[in-house]
Amino acid sequence: MSTHHGSFFENPSPARFTGVGSWLLTTDHKRIAILYLYSIVSWFILAMIMGILIRVELMFVGETIMGSQTYNALFTLHGVIMIFLFVIPGIPAIFGNFLLPIHIGAADVFFPKLNLFSWYLYMAGGALAIASLFSNGPPDTGWTFYVPFSLSSQTNVSLTVTAAFILGMSSMLTGINFITTVHRLKAPKMGWFKMPLFAWSVYATSWVQVLATPIISLTFLLVLIERFFGTGLFDPNRGGDPILYQHLFWMYSHPAVYIMILPAMGIISEIIPVFSRKSIFGYKAIVISSLAIAIAGSLVWAHHMYTSGMSDVAVFVFSLLTFVVAIPSAVKVFSWIATMHKGSILMTPPLFFALCFIYLFSVGGLTGLVLGAAGPNIHVHDTHFVVAHFHFVMFGGTGFAFFGGLHFWWPKIFGRMYRFKTAYISAVLIAVGFVFHYIPMFILGLSGMPRRYHDYLPRFETGNFLAGIGGFVMVAGISLMFFNLFVSLKNGEKAAADPWGGTTLEWSTASPPPVHNFESKPEIKSYPYDFSDVYKKFN
Amino acid sequence: MKGRDTMETHTDAAGIKLGMWIFLFSEIMLFGGLFVLYAVYLTTFTPDFVAGGKQLDLSAGAINTIILLISSFTMAASVTAMRRETKKKALVLLGLTLFFGALFLFNKYVEWGHKIEAGIYPNSPSLAAGPPGANIFFALYYIITGLHGLHVIIGMIVIGFGAAKVAMRGVSTRTHTLVENSGLYWHLVDMIWIFVFPLFYLVI
Repeated sequence: MSTHHGSFFENPSPARFTGVGSWLLTTDHKRIAILYLYSIVSWFILAMIMGILIRVELMFVGETIMGSQTYNALFTLHGVIMIFLFVIPGIPAIFGNFLLPIHIGAADVFFPKLNLFSWYLYMAGGALAIASLFSNGPPDTGWTFYVPFSLSSQTNVSLTVTAAFILGMSSMLTGINFITTVHRLKAPKMGWFKMPLFAWSVYATSWVQVLATPIISLTFLLVLIERFFGTGLFDPNRGGDPILYQHLFWMYSHPAVYIMILPAMGIISEIIPVFSRKSIFGYKAIVISSLAIAIAGSLVWAHHMYTSGMSDVAVFVFSLLTFVVAIPSAVKVFSWIATMHKGSILMTPPLFFALCFIYLFSVGGLTGLVLGAAGPNIHVHDTHFVVAHFHFVMFGGTGFAFFGGLHFWWPKIFGRMYRFKTAYISAVLIAVGFVFHYIPMFILGLSGMPRRYHDYLPRFETGNFLAGIGGFVMVAGISLMFFNLFVSLKNGEKAAADPWGGTTLEWSTASPPPVHNFESKPEIKSYPYDFSDVYKKFN
Repeated sequence: MKGRDTMETHTDAAGIKLGMWIFLFSEIMLFGGLFVLYAVYLTTFTPDFVAGGKQLDLSAGAINTIILLISSFTMAASVTAMRRETKKKALVLLGLTLFFGALFLFNKYVEWGHKIEAGIYPNSPSLAAGPPGANIFFALYYIITGLHGLHVIIGMIVIGFGAAKVAMRGVSTRTHTLVENSGLYWHLVDMIWIFVFPLFYLVI
């Protein structure tokens, strides 16, 4: 356990601050990660409640618990909060902050003060998003803020757009910080191809954050300018082109999808080898596929716009590029499965979540091809099929990886172990609820139920009712999971420095880590996934 | 071991500069988005863009280009002065850079003022009644030069902050890095203008 120096919980950094100040003014990447953890989980729970309210409304034909304007506001805020306050910052800001410096053998990120500033920007953006609820009516545009409606809507779109703008800045500054950290603070003996895969995925993500976020910042700025000055840049009556808005929006927002999924893949690449007691299959292939996803993923934005009006050539090109992205994604899935093949598999809650990830992400990815293909897209565009698809990827993918990461690194972050049995029960509830929640939406979408509608035809009722039931099971599972985790902080068993038998650097230091991460200079291995010692120790 | 204390006292100038460069990439992407808009609308409304360009004051634009180029020179010279540890020279050159920045903004202010007086401003009746292409041209003109002007102001704040630090603390690795990075930012602002100028004032 912790040595005579004590963990970062006992030693604030900078040391001159105590009490609340030692958290709110800290520059320690580990404390900032915990600040993010609590704020991001709170947002997640809030947006989850909004989500379940939406599904309750849809469980029965006609108005069930809310009017259509409330419904519009709820799905907009559910989307805005889940995307800008949970999925995009979630894994990089919590696990990236906590683990990236440790993974590369550094004492902190390169710009510790900027790191804290990013958290404050994040909180400011969140506060503005909440403020938009209480002034002039919450926004009702959907998280995409499409023109012309976002320009003519009387609700407080400006405030929400400003919130998203500030959150973008927070995300971009974190990206700059992480890239510089990797380049300047990587332990001298650690070559690029000796870096753990999670560090690699955060690094690749950071580049997307830095290069794609300015586009959405600009797009949101233009929405604000249009709302305040009315230059007519997107108004067809005055020469503007509303489709251009959609292009600008998706030029960021599609790469943002990869900001959401790449770090999740990084987590899976860490969990699978540890519990297979086997070196990751195709280390370099996974690294290169991360970079390939980052690059190719930036070139497919217009596949969200097949029905908006584009030339056939453009549709063909974007469809082809979309299929290209599937290749590096599949490389990863095959690598994970090949890692488990003939491994000495040890079932634990993190591995359980990782396995759910592989299954759910694959379904999400394959249905993505249905949408990415120009033909079938016309049939299912803007239906519940799309809703089911991106929830499979964003929640079944990133969400499950996030839960898996929480269970994997919880003992490292807090030095406490949660109850396995409760963790399994919650994981099963979430997974079963998930399937019941989203599979009906695929069928509803295929049979023509549009997304974002407050009401529907009676023939869609069975599917919507089932989805609602699944939603409740899922919410129960998620609540149980967080309860189990947070209760462990009080009476959980103390965790060893290396409870799983990991090989990356975080497992070589105490749980929780000391304030400078390592008591002595960490030993850099020639390969981060060499399990020969672990195998001897645990078997 | 590389502890926190050593990290705070030791400034890794190369790392800070790297961070600055990455930030500049993001700035290029920001303006890149606007240039995409420009490119699309230029192909749609070529004649209107040509006519719009003729309405702008070419000499004002040209003078501003020269002002920014000179300010870039004084900025670069102040970095050299910092390297040679001549504090006074560095401060004078930074002051000159600020002066030219202010001159640029003043010029821009006068230019915008004339246009607004002539009834050409966002959502003005004459633009709304005129051809759609002209409306788009001037919308882009105000947005792009406005955003660029905002960057000039930010650049001046950063340079002023750096100059104040140099005046108070003298030449050190820390202030040198600060001046060098504000210089990088200033050159970027200058470079963006080099693209903005021909796009608006020299449309063929």
